[in-house]
Amino acid sequence: MNLQFLADGVIMGALIALGAVGVTLTYSILRFANFAHGEFIAWGTYMTLAIVAAFGVFTGPAHPIGALSFGWQVIAAGVIAALLTGLFALALDYLLFSRLRNRGNAIVMVMASFGASMALRSLLEFFFTSRPQYFSRDIQMALPMGLGIRLTPDQIFLLVMTAVIVIATERFITLSPAGRAMRAVSENPVLARVAGVDVGRVIRAASMLGGALACAAGVMLGLTVQIRPFMGFDLLLPLFAAAILGGIGSVPGAVLGGLIVGISESLGVQIVGADYRAAIAFLILIAVLLLKPAGIFGRRE
Amino acid sequence: MSEPVLAVDNLNAGYEAGAPIVRGVSLTLMPGEIVALLGPNGAGKSTLIKAIAGLVPKFGGTVEFEGDDITGTQAHELARRGLGFVPQTENVFAWMTVADNLRLAADVLPRAEQAGQIESVYALFPDLARQRELAAGQLSGGQRQMLAVARALIARPRLLMLDEASAGLSPLLVRQVFAKLKEIRASGITILLVEQNVRAALSFADRALILVEGIVAHEGPAAEIARDPAIARLYLGGKAA
Repeated sequence: MNLQFLADGVIMGALIALGAVGVTLTYSILRFANFAHGEFIAWGTYMTLAIVAAFGVFTGPAHPIGALSFGWQVIAAGVIAALLTGLFALALDYLLFSRLRNRGNAIVMVMASFGASMALRSLLEFFFTSRPQYFSRDIQMALPMGLGIRLTPDQIFLLVMTAVIVIATERFITLSPAGRAMRAVSENPVLARVAGVDVGRVIRAASMLGGALACAAGVMLGLTVQIRPFMGFDLLLPLFAAAILGGIGSVPGAVLGGLIVGISESLGVQIVGADYRAAIAFLILIAVLLLKPAGIFGRRE
Repeated sequence: MSEPVLAVDNLNAGYEAGAPIVRGVSLTLMPGEIVALLGPNGAGKSTLIKAIAGLVPKFGGTVEFEGDDITGTQAHELARRGLGFVPQTENVFAWMTVADNLRLAADVLPRAEQAGQIESVYALFPDLARQRELAAGQLSGGQRQMLAVARALIARPRLLMLDEASAGLSPLLVRQVFAKLKEIRASGITILLVEQNVRAALSFADRALILVEGIVAHEGPAAEIARDPAIARLYLGGKAA
């Protein structure tokens, strides 16, 4: 066994971390497990794909940037799609969750999100079929990084982008007034209202941010693996495992949780085989819920 | 005579429309007045001030703040308009620093005034100023209560409502909290407080209302109520004398 599994685990872990940051923020503020989060990932990626195609009509074939497999079109499309996915998450909240929220029953919300998740996934299959798609079909050469580890330029891009997005999100939550309001609502919504925070507005902002982060994670996944309607749904369990392991509401926790889940999956594949990859996140989730339900950086509950 | 700061008229409030906890309560607070809401457990004191603060549904009657009808105004809007409320429990953000608790409250002020207002509140609470970067959850019980009051003062309220500010504190800390409230009242702020600590409340307040089963059973100057053994026996478990 060489150390490549570790690099693969970190790549997967970074992807999971990026998605888990969105999950942990929305979970702590919206106060229910939103199964449709996986669909934000897939819809964001397909929107990016569609926008890249639209660019292609005007600009002709894309030229890759440097050693990367894709051109500026993917990055620009990803930014636009992140915004659109944020609005999409906001629309779903307005159409569905906001109507159920006042009943104060988290199970109703979870079930509604499960239904929305299935409907949205089916729509993707209807529009785009379930055949895998790619941002680029170029074969990339992996570069030796030392210690027997090889990474492709796209994977290096993924790690850098993930770090930038996660750090920016963490700084935003820690330092900005909107981030402060989000932390306040996640800890104590009643006191937040008393302190002058418009909780409805914070919920809308968190939905949008969660959607945008989901889109970013989806595009990264699409760049390094492939684009399928089930891509988000399949990632959902690792995302929740990472967010809960890190402690709901904690951005650093989600990152650490994501890396642990990613590396564990990669290590598990080495030991018991790829067939059991999906079981590993599930085992981590069960272990955390049994042993330390509040997670690594978690609070009460 | 000047306009009342708060005018509650015939208010019904509670959690179910069919069974209001507060029933037909009226009360008026003039500027600078300190009024205590007293009464046995379950009388509806907390429900009444939570309803005024926009946290409990109202089923009838009106609430006016500085002449404006605020019966249907949302809680966060009231906080921005100068109605401060200190809840009884979980009244600080335990996982945020002392500084962030105050910054959050200051976010309702114009940006240019935020830092200055935070510093002037720190000047009133030097103990908190020394522990700015500590998580609020790590403060002692008394300091936490001080932070809760400090947080409410940040938005420069003209009316401050306190729900059992002294609950669960030792007699020494109760004295400290009331000493701080006396400093605050010197600034001319109007205060409405719910208290279990009858003696401390009556020595602090100008006027008191005694609530029994959601209805105002007695109302009068605090000194008079403190002297009246019949009231103490009837409503306050004999604690006033």
